[in-house]
Amino acid sequence: MDALYLRRRLTNALALVLSTAATLVGLAFLAWILWETLRQGIAALDLKLFTKITAYGDQGGLANAMVGSLIINVVGIAIATPVGVLAGTWLAEYANRTRLGETIRFLNDILLSAPSIVMGLFVYTIIVLPSTALSDGNTTFSGFAGGVALALIALPVIVRTTDEMLRLVPSTLREAALSLGVPQWKLTSQILLRAARSGIVTGVLLALARISGETAPLLFTAFGNNFMTLDPMDKMSSLPQVIYQYANDPGEAMHALAWAGAFVVTLFVLLLSLASRLLFTRKVSHD
Amino acid sequence: MPEPVIAIAAPEHRATRDARHDRLFAGLLKACAFLVLAALLGAAFATLWGGREAFDTFGWRFLTSAAWDPGSQEYGALVPVYGTLATSAIALLIAVPVSFGIALYLSEVAPRWLRTPVASAIELLAGIPSIIYGMWGLFVFAPFFAEHIKPWLTTYLGNNPDDGNPSWVAGHVPFIGKMFASDYPFGASILTAGIVLAIMIIPFISSVMREVFQTVPTRLKESAYALGSSTWEVSWDIVLPYTRSAVIGGIFLGLGRALGETMAVTFVLGNAMDLSASLLDPGASIASTIANQFSEAVGLQKSALMALAFLLFVVTFVVLLIARLMLRRLASREGR
Repeated sequence: MDALYLRRRLTNALALVLSTAATLVGLAFLAWILWETLRQGIAALDLKLFTKITAYGDQGGLANAMVGSLIINVVGIAIATPVGVLAGTWLAEYANRTRLGETIRFLNDILLSAPSIVMGLFVYTIIVLPSTALSDGNTTFSGFAGGVALALIALPVIVRTTDEMLRLVPSTLREAALSLGVPQWKLTSQILLRAARSGIVTGVLLALARISGETAPLLFTAFGNNFMTLDPMDKMSSLPQVIYQYANDPGEAMHALAWAGAFVVTLFVLLLSLASRLLFTRKVSHD
Repeated sequence: MPEPVIAIAAPEHRATRDARHDRLFAGLLKACAFLVLAALLGAAFATLWGGREAFDTFGWRFLTSAAWDPGSQEYGALVPVYGTLATSAIALLIAVPVSFGIALYLSEVAPRWLRTPVASAIELLAGIPSIIYGMWGLFVFAPFFAEHIKPWLTTYLGNNPDDGNPSWVAGHVPFIGKMFASDYPFGASILTAGIVLAIMIIPFISSVMREVFQTVPTRLKESAYALGSSTWEVSWDIVLPYTRSAVIGGIFLGLGRALGETMAVTFVLGNAMDLSASLLDPGASIASTIANQFSEAVGLQKSALMALAFLLFVVTFVVLLIARLMLRRLASREGR
C-alpha cells in the first residue's frame, strides 16, 4: 500500500468517525435535555399544579397559567388559521409563479424565522399602547394582545404548509372541475382545500406546537397575572411566562414548579409534533 | 333580507354572479396574503417609531457607545450588539461542523434503516421550546460548565487566575489569554450562551444540509465512486460543491435563529451590561436586554430598547434574506 492510498483511507476513516461522533453528540444533548426535563418535571408533579393558582407562590400551582396558555393559544390559532389558509391559498392558486406571489412567498419564509421578541414589541405598539391611551393611562396588557402576537408567529407556518399542500394537489382535479363550469372560488374552497385538508391540519398543529412554547412575545403583551382570569381583555399568565418568572426566582420550590411547567409544555409540544407527523404520513401513504 | 325590488328584477345571469364572487374571493385571499407583508413592515416601522427618541438623542453614538446607564440616561447599543454577535458566532463555530457531520452521517454513513429514526430524533431537538433550553442551560448546563469546563479553559487557555501567569497557549497565541480569563465563579457567560445556542440551531442547519445533500444526482456520486473516490472524497469534493449555495443558506438560516433567540440566551448569559474581552464573563444580547428590561423601562430607556429591537430586526432580516436567496439558488437549478 503506498502512502497516498493509506492517507486517503485514513482521512476517510477519520471523517466517518467524526461524523458519527457528531451525530452521537447531537443525540446525547437531546437525551440530556429530555432526561432532565422528565426527571425534574415528574419529581415536581403534584395535583395542586392543576388546582391551585400562582398567587400562592411556592405553595400554589399553575392552574391559572395553564388556562391562560390555553386561551392565548386558542386566540392565536383562531386568528392565524383563517388568515394563513387564505393567504396560502392565494399563493398557491392565484399568484403561483407571478412576481408578486413569489415576493410574498419569500417574505413569508423570512417571517417564519423572524425574532419573536420583535413581534412581541410590534404587538405591544399596535395593541397595548393604543388601548393604554384609551383607558386613561392604565397599562392594558391583555391575553388578546398575547394571542395576536402568537398569531403573527403561527401565521407564516400555516401560510407555508397550506401553500405547499395545495401545490401537491394534482392539476387534473382543477381541470376536471373547471371543465364542468365550476367557478374558481367554489373549486378552491370546496375541492382543493378539501383535498389538501389533512396537510393543512398538519400545518395548524405544527403552528400550535411552535407557539405553545413561545415566551418572549408574551412578556410585553399578555404580561402575566397571578389570579385566574377567563377574560381575554385582562392581563393573563401563561405557562412559558410563569416558567420564566419562577426559574429566575431564588426559591428552590419555585424552581420545582418551573420544572413541572416545563415538563407539561414539553410533553404537549412533543405530542403535537408526533400527532402532526402521524397525520401527515397517513396522508402520504394514501397517495 | 330579500327586498321586493330584487325579487321583481330579472334573475341575474349565473356567469355574472360567479364572476363577481370570484373577484370577491380573490380579493379576500389577496388581502390575507398582504397581511404577511404588513406584519414584516409593521414590525420594522413599530420598532423604528418606538426607538425614534433614542435615535434622535444619541444619533450614531447609539451604535458605538458601550454605556447603558439608566441613572445618567446614557444608552448605547455596543454591549448588547457585541453579545448578540459573539454568542451567534460561537454558536456557528460549533454548530456548522457538527451539523455537517450529522448530515454526512445521515446521508452517506448510517445504515439505511437507522437514517429515518435518527433524523427524526435530531429534528425533535428543533421542536423543543426555547424556554426549555433556557431552563436546562440555567439549572443543568451552566453549573456543569462552571464546575468542569471553565476551570479547564482558564487553566490551559487563559491567563491563570491563581498566579497571574499566562498558560502555555496564552503565552504563545495573542488574545487567547484574555478571551479565557475569568475570576467570576459562575457558569453564565457568553461562551455558555454560545454553546446552548449551538445546540438549538444544530437541528435547523443539519436538516437543511441533509435535505440538500439528497438532491445531488446519484449519477454524479456514482461516477466519483466508480473512479475510486472514498466516501469522504465524494462528500467533500462532489456533494459539498454541488450544494454549496444551499449549505450557506442553511448556515445563515441558523444564524438568523441564533441572532433573534431570546429565552435560551437570557437564562445563561448573566445579563451584565459591561464590555469584557473574556468569553467566560457574563454579557448581554439584544434580545436578553429587551426581555429583562422592557417591562420596567420608561421614557428614554424604553425607546433605547425599541431602537435595539429595530437593529435586531434589520440585521436578522438581512441575514435571513441572504439565507433564502442562497437556498433558492440551488432550488432553481433543480427546476423546483
